[in-house]
Amino acid sequence: MANKISITVNGKMHTAEVEARTLLVDFIREHLSLTGTHIGCDTSSCGACTIHMDGKAIKSCTVLAVQADGSELTTVEGLSKNGELHPMQEGFREEHGLQCGFCTPGMMMAATDLLKRNPSPSEHEIREALEGNFCRCTGYHNIVKSIQYAAGKMNGATA
Amino acid sequence: MIPNTFEYKRAGSVEEAIGMLGGDAQILGGGHSLIPALKLRLNAPGALVDISKITSLQSINDNEKSITVGAGVTHAAIASDAVLAEHCPMMGQAACEIGDIQVRNMGTIGGSIAHADPAADWPAVLLATDANVIIQSSGGKRTVDIDQFFKGFYETALEEGEIITSISIPKTAFNRHSTYVKFKQPASRFALVGCAAAVEMDGGIVKSARIGLTGVAESAYRPMSVESALTGKPLNAETIDAAVQNVTEGVSVMSDHYASEKYRTHLAHVFVKRALKNLI
Repeated sequence: MANKISITVNGKMHTAEVEARTLLVDFIREHLSLTGTHIGCDTSSCGACTIHMDGKAIKSCTVLAVQADGSELTTVEGLSKNGELHPMQEGFREEHGLQCGFCTPGMMMAATDLLKRNPSPSEHEIREALEGNFCRCTGYHNIVKSIQYAAGKMNGATA
Repeated sequence: MIPNTFEYKRAGSVEEAIGMLGGDAQILGGGHSLIPALKLRLNAPGALVDISKITSLQSINDNEKSITVGAGVTHAAIASDAVLAEHCPMMGQAACEIGDIQVRNMGTIGGSIAHADPAADWPAVLLATDANVIIQSSGGKRTVDIDQFFKGFYETALEEGEIITSISIPKTAFNRHSTYVKFKQPASRFALVGCAAAVEMDGGIVKSARIGLTGVAESAYRPMSVESALTGKPLNAETIDAAVQNVTEGVSVMSDHYASEKYRTHLAHVFVKRALKNLI
């Protein structure tokens, strides 16, 4: 049975009819063609599907699209504004925060969520906040540096 | 992975949700126990009743003699709650240890105890708090003592047509002096062994102790022999070492490819000791 849902994604309202069993990550990728949100493990372990729902980081492989009806979502495509990279994206470029790049969207969404809660995290706090995001290239060292770069830029230190 | 088909119903109130139950409908809270099971097709209900938008289930209330935690309160909200941190520190400590921040933003305490995973954290913690579980159905409300709530492997005292609405944590001396420690399965973050301990001291002597253990047996349980062995004694390394000898007495210790029975039994001893030593 089709369910009508209205979800705001990256500031734009989308209305669609979905099956109740449609996962939010599939809705984002297949219905909205926003393929920056990745499916890694599909078991809420790896964090590649991390997005923000109503301002909080969640794993979209373990949420139904119908649960998100009426919500505001931000995906990795929503980070840059007016063609300018978000400081987090710039940090990953400047500090070589990605190797294969598969985990990167989820890493950036988890990291931007962290900086909202804690604008000046310590290295330890950054590593703790990434406990739900796996990098199979094991490139954590530069991921941490990328997030430190973004925090510095967002706090005006390196602007 | 795609779940089997089901009908989705969103409830605006507890009464409406109760009216939507029946048949093979199940309750959807944060979905972080249920949706993985649906995706693996271990579970295939005909309908899901979504209670995650019922705001009356989402508050933590500070009462005179207790703290009422709504069933729909997320682990993240418990982790950052100042009232619980003061009156029952093991609640916040356990909340921080569940999954990761993304999971804690969705998963709820009511959903966790209704699911009653033998390795979940909340069952051990709530056993130690001496909580009451408040349950509602079309017949009205009832209160279940936490000691009567967990019945076995994924089994609770909940009956058909019932919804957990809140958990009541008593404001007691033992809850104020409490701790939670856990040995995580590194991939799932579930407890291989988790121990909640709450101890009331009186003049350097243990007046009462409540301990909850998860991950060890088919259901979380209280090692009563440890609690009684400590009562009336000072809390120190010697009394703790002596008291934990029979920590798995009366239960059947689980054995799987993550941890053998022998290793789990060892971990149970170690983590009960660590929890109690945190309270010295």
